[in-house]
This record gives sequence, structure tokens and C-alpha cells, in this order.
Amino acid sequence: MATSFELNGISVTLDVDPEMPLLWAIREKAGLVGTKYGCGIAQCGACTVHVDGVASRSCSIPVSAVAGSKVTTIEGLSNTISQAVQSSWQKLNVVQCGYCQSGQIMSAVALLTDVPKPTDADIDAAMSGNICRCATYHRIREAIHDAAKSI
Amino acid sequence: MNQISKTSRRDILKSAAAGLVIGFVWTPNRSAFAAPEPAAKILAPNAFVRVAPDNTVTVMIKHLEMGQGVYTGLTAIVAEELDADWNQMRAEHAPADTALYKNLLFGMQGTGGSTAIANSWMQLRNAGAMARAMLVAAAAKEWKVPETEITVKKGVISHAASQRSASFGIFAARAALLPVPTDVKLKDPKDFNLIGTELPRLDNAGKINGTAVYAIDIVRPNMVYASIAHPPRFGGVVKSFDPAPAMKIKGVIKVVQISSGVAVVADSFWTAKRARDGLNIEWDDSKAEKRGTAELLAEYKALAQKPGASAKKSGDVAAVKAAKTVTAEFDFPYLAHAPMEPMDAVVEIRDGAAEAWYGCQFQTIDQAAIARVAGLKPEQVTINTTFAGGSFGRRANAASDYVVETAEIAKAMPPNTPVKLIWTREDDTRGGKYRPAYFHNMKAGIDEKGDIVSWTHTVVGQSIAAGTPFAPKADAIDTMSVEGASNLPYAIPNLDVNLHTTKVGVPVLWLRSVGSTHTAYATEVFFDMVAKAAGKDPYAARLALLDQHPRHKAVLELAAQKAGWGTDLGPNKARGIAVAEAFSSYVAYVAEVSRDKNGGVKVDRVVCAVDCGTVINPDVVRAQMEGGFGFGYGLVLKSAITLKEGKVEQGNFDSYDVLRMSDMPKIEVHIVPSTEKPTGVGEPGVPPAGPAVANAIFALTGKAPTSLPILKKGLSV
Ligand code: FES
Ligand code: FES
Repeated sequence: MATSFELNGISVTLDVDPEMPLLWAIREKAGLVGTKYGCGIAQCGACTVHVDGVASRSCSIPVSAVAGSKVTTIEGLSNTISQAVQSSWQKLNVVQCGYCQSGQIMSAVALLTDVPKPTDADIDAAMSGNICRCATYHRIREAIHDAAKSI
Repeated sequence: MNQISKTSRRDILKSAAAGLVIGFVWTPNRSAFAAPEPAAKILAPNAFVRVAPDNTVTVMIKHLEMGQGVYTGLTAIVAEELDADWNQMRAEHAPADTALYKNLLFGMQGTGGSTAIANSWMQLRNAGAMARAMLVAAAAKEWKVPETEITVKKGVISHAASQRSASFGIFAARAALLPVPTDVKLKDPKDFNLIGTELPRLDNAGKINGTAVYAIDIVRPNMVYASIAHPPRFGGVVKSFDPAPAMKIKGVIKVVQISSGVAVVADSFWTAKRARDGLNIEWDDSKAEKRGTAELLAEYKALAQKPGASAKKSGDVAAVKAAKTVTAEFDFPYLAHAPMEPMDAVVEIRDGAAEAWYGCQFQTIDQAAIARVAGLKPEQVTINTTFAGGSFGRRANAASDYVVETAEIAKAMPPNTPVKLIWTREDDTRGGKYRPAYFHNMKAGIDEKGDIVSWTHTVVGQSIAAGTPFAPKADAIDTMSVEGASNLPYAIPNLDVNLHTTKVGVPVLWLRSVGSTHTAYATEVFFDMVAKAAGKDPYAARLALLDQHPRHKAVLELAAQKAGWGTDLGPNKARGIAVAEAFSSYVAYVAEVSRDKNGGVKVDRVVCAVDCGTVINPDVVRAQMEGGFGFGYGLVLKSAITLKEGKVEQGNFDSYDVLRMSDMPKIEVHIVPSTEKPTGVGEPGVPPAGPAVANAIFALTGKAPTSLPILKKGLSV
């Protein structure tokens, strides 16, 4: 059965099993591989996308659940907040292996959209669902503060 | 001539601007997987440097970029000797070719032991200088001026007297026709202007916008997806299984037994995984390891009461009559590396050839392994190395485990079928190749004056090297089990370090900083226990015993000074300090902890000092210390793999707990200025992290955490 939704501003119809997790539908059927798999059970945040503006773990949402929704992936980031986050990430050389960073950036953009000037405690609360095994946490925190300043 | 000069200026501006805007984006359509420019137009004086007419300079990176920054660091070395502009530099993983790209410290192509910079340093300086010399020679020839009058600066070749200048790209093709010089002059390090500066990471852009390519992202025409069922116990084998139910699932292509289990091949990963999860397999566990963590710990503890094979002996510990004796026992769990990207690879076998795409860390070994499975010669196997989503040692293993699995599945498919194997997180956590569990028994004697006069250290655990090409010679001690203990830096007159190597059916592997993951913890925490018994300040007590080790001393002093060691922190707060050398780099941390409202302990601030010789990029050094601290601290705080009746009890990040944002303290990194040879930073940040925190907890609570992880289920510190 096909599911239709808006992916990065474009209407798509994916003819996949409605139970297929959004993550795999995006990666293997829509061909957008910036969103990563890390755990499959909403424990690591590598697969974070925005569903109607809300940071969501795409590994744990069946594709049928986003029918009619707006889904944004790392490839679809374009607004001012996203640009500020990405340029702070660049400026502070946040990335190491980089594998978690799409998810980190998606979570950070969602945080700054809700809370324009987050405290360290806000960052801990919003970002603790995103694991970084390279432990770039210190720079992620700095980069979020840096982006908040520039917005 | 003027023409060239003008064109070149425009070229430079264009390329510089392009570089600023796009930065470095690596996609499968460009770089490694695209057809190269016709060779003659490109200046390629050696295996490492490509100067193209479009004015880009590409450095072939023989090491795996897995986060440690080799793309940036190795490229900077070439750029320095070439006098290039950083914006024109590109990096690309080198193909598997042992003759060209071996690690000069290993003799095979591979990444590990924090050797990337150390082994490439002179090689890449020469490579860059060679290209520079040829560009200069080409310019001199064209402009009919002596080479000695030509200067090169930021990617511009100039002749001041005639006011001519050109970009590298202009002369690339002409330089390529000249003889390759054999002897080139290297820069005096005092003239370095890129090395030692904070060049931005070359892999930033792709990793920020999602275009960086990892194995999991590879898409090939006709590709299929695979998932594997492994035996639930290590050493178990398939007895029987029924492929029929899996084959009924829409999209399943094949169910096949391979050497390590049963694989399901399907048209999507999710389908392969679902079918795999539903397989009904009967396992033969007759040869499997069935002991659990509790049994192993009891066995190790009993063994540790007797001395093992000698790893280091000086003086005579038995003859020492100590005024005071301090003892402690430490136990360390098995640890999974848990890189963020689970094990995965794409392999395609064709007639007379095989090709693979993945974050390859041991090219020579993996190439031979794929060749063996495919019935080919190693040189018939092409490996396209992608970025790796972390490794921490996991992707470098003598068995090439998940790579062999992918090749075996590809072999079972019709030729020309690329197979992408992805391990789930659970496969990864339960798949073995752990940092071994260890037990340490320690005893120290203190004399009347409060000096440490004897130190006995018994280590019990599996050998990582056993059964691999890295195994010690018969009867020789397994150095990886005792590194960090047998070379204790402290001047203690009577020393005895010994080892019991155990045989357990759990597959083990090095993890970021190898032996020092446990030896540094045991020695540095025990040192504080001994210092306390002797009534000494742990920092002062260390300094007093390090006269023979000035580099240990220097990092301790720098960390202590920056952290304000000895100043009052106020109530319910304490500091801990630890130092370790690993892979010839030296790192010290001071950790500040406080008691929180719930009676737990929180790490508030960490100060690091590092000495890694000549610094290529201070920002990458800092990043590796920050990450190395987080990695090492997270492991001792939270992580453990435990076994029950031979089965791993953890599966995903809900049970294999790792460091998260809320655990990460503020951290500052200070670098000891040095002109020594550069040494690595990927691993050395790990060893002293755990003990610095443990020592702070000890100072605060009077109880040193000796059984890891610190936060065992239901326990607060
Ligand atoms: S892959 Fe979705 S949270 Fe980990
Ligand atoms: S950068 Fe490697 S997991 Fe986050």
C-alpha cells in the first residue's frame, strides 16, 4: 500500500509496506541517506527527522503514520535557524566520525525553534536522546549556544 | 607570460571562492568512485599527491577517517611542504594497495595504535615537497628563470623580479612531464605556517549536511540487503533451520547458511531483518562458552591470589618489610565498542574480481579475506574505503568478521550482485570482539617515612592477540594485557607485575587505547589509595616519583596549574588527578566533582593537559581529548557487557548504557608546546579519564570505585 506525505517540501508517494519504519522508507525508497540508523528503538537519535516540525525518531514511526504530514530530513534543512546551527557546527568543528551528526543537528534545530535561548539544562534535556559515541557533546553544547547568539 | 599570470590570478580567486562556499563534499559521484582525469594532465609525483589543472590538490589518505581527523591532519602535512592554500586541498581515501599504502609502523595497510600521523609524517612531507619541487621546476622552465628565484606561497608560484605568478593548476600538466626528483629539501619546522594552526576539518561540510558517505549509504545497481542470525552463545553453530517461512515474506530473496550463522537476503534491509528475526534456528551449543560473568569473576579472583607469569620485576618485593601495606582488587567488565554506525559493508563478486565499499580499517587483512572467500587473488579485490561511523578498534580485526560475512553472502548470490550487510545494534552489542574483562590484584608497601617501597600488580584476563597474527611468540608475555602496568612510570624500588592469561570462549579485541583501558585505571586509582594511606597529596606524591619521566610530569603540572590544584573548592566538592602515557603521547586530567541533591556525584569540570610532540592541528588535538575523555569516562561510569550462561545480557542502548549529553562535563584542553616528533591523539585521551574521575570520587567520599562500571544497576556512587 502506498503512503503519501511531503518530504522536504516535495510530495512523495512511497509504495512500501505501511509498517516499514519511516527511517528505512526515507533511506532506501526515497533515497535520502543523510538520516542514519543507530539503534532502531528510539534510543540513540541518529534517525531524527522533523515530522510537522517536531523532532521525531524515524526508526520507530511506521511510514503509514506520516501520511499527509510534512517530513523534513537533514537534506531539507533550509531556514535561518538551520543555517545558524549548521554554520556554528562548521565554525566549532563539532563533527568527528559524523555519523550521529545529522540527528544531532535535527534535534538542535528543533530545540532552538522552541527555545531560542536555551540554558545548559535545556540542552541536556533536549539532546540527551542523541548519543554521540565520539563524545562530541561539549562542542555540540557550545555550538547550540553559538547558534542561539547568532539567530 | 602575462596571459598565464592573469589567468592564474583569476583561477586562484575562483578556486578559493569555490572552496569557501562548497568546502569539501564527498559523494559517490565524485572523487573516489568517479573516473579520474586523464593521468597526463595531473601532476602525481607519488602515491599521495594529485595536483589537478583545476587547481585542486588531492591527498590520498591511506588511513581510515573514523572521526580522529586524519583527512585534515594528513592533508595539512602535504599542504605545508607544498606551500598550498588550504582551500585548494582535498582528501580522498586511498585504495587497498599494501605496497603503496602500508602503515610504515605495521608493515601492512591499516589504521590503529594512534599511528596515522606518526608513520606518515616524513612520508607525506616528502610527498608534498616533491610535488612542490616539480611545480617550481616547471615554472622555472616556462619562465626561463632559475628555480632558486621562484617562491611559492599559499598556492601561488611567483617570480618576483619579472612579476609573474601562476596557480598550481596552470603548471600541473607541464610539471607532470618532468622527472620526479629523488631528493627533496624539507622545510625547517620554524617556517611551518599551516602545521600547528587551526585549519578547519576537511570533512566538516558533508558531515553537517548529510552528504558524507558511509558504508550504510552505499547504493549500487542491482544491490540486495542482508541481515544475519548469529548463534546466541559464542562458539555455537547452526544445527538446523527452516528457510520456508522466511521465503514466504514478500521481498525475501534468499536464506543461506554461512560460516557464522544464517543470512537472509531481501530487497530492503527492513524486510531482511524482519525475516531474520522470524527464523527458527536450532543451534548446536556443545562447543559454546557457557560460563557467565559471575563464574568468570570468581575464577579470575581466585587466580589473582597467586602470582602469574612475570611481566616486569625490579628489586625484590618479597624482601620488603613495609610499615604499612595497602591492597585493592579491581574488576573490569567486557566492553562493546558500540560505534554509532554498526558493522556494515557492501561486497560484490564478479567474474575474476571483487569490489567492496565500507569503512575499511585493515585493508591488507580484509583484502586477503575477501579474496579467500571469493577464490581470488588479493590484488583482484578492490576496496573503496568510505568514512566510518566510529570504530574505536572494532573495525580493525584479524578475522575481518563482518567483511567475511558480507563476502560469503555475495558468494552465495549470482555474480554481479552487490550485497549490503547491516548488523542491527543488537547484533553489534551481542556480536563479540569485546574489550576483555579483567581482574587486578594490587598490593603496595609504604615505609616509615611514607615512601612507596613496593608495588605488586597481578592482572588476570584474556589475551587480545592470542590466535591472531599479532600473537606473542610462545611463552612470551602478552604485552597488550599489561601495557600501562608493566611500564609504571613511578620510581618505586621493588616492582612486580605479573599476568594470568585466561582462556574463555568470548571473542575479544582491542578497544581505543587497548591495555591502558584497564591498567591506567587500576594503577592510577590504586596510586591515590596508597598516597592517602601514606598521608600524601596525590599530585605531589606523583611528581616526587617522576623525575625519570619529565613528559608525564609536565602534563601533570600543566593540568594541575590550570585546574587550580590545591585551591579550596568549597563544601561537597573534590578534585581528582590522573596521568597516563599511551602510544608515546602523554595526557593528564584533573576532574572536579560535586555531590548532587540525590546523593549522587556529578562531574562538573575537567582540565586536560596533553603532550603529543609537534602539533599538526591544535583544534583536532583538543577535539580528540574532549572526545577521548568522554569515551573513557563513559565506559567506566556506565558501560558493561555481562554474560549469563554464556549469553550476552545486553542488546541495545537501553541496556548497554553509554555516555550522554547530560553526563558530559565542561572540559578545557591545554597543549604542552613541543618540538618532539608528532605522536597520536586518537587513543591517548582515554586512559586517564576514568581514573581522574574515580580519584575525585575517592577524595569526596573516601570510597574508591574498584568494581566497574561505577554506576552498576541500582547503585549510586
Ligand atoms: S535509530 Fe532511531 S533512535 Fe536510534
Ligand atoms: S561524531 Fe561520531 S558518533 Fe557523533
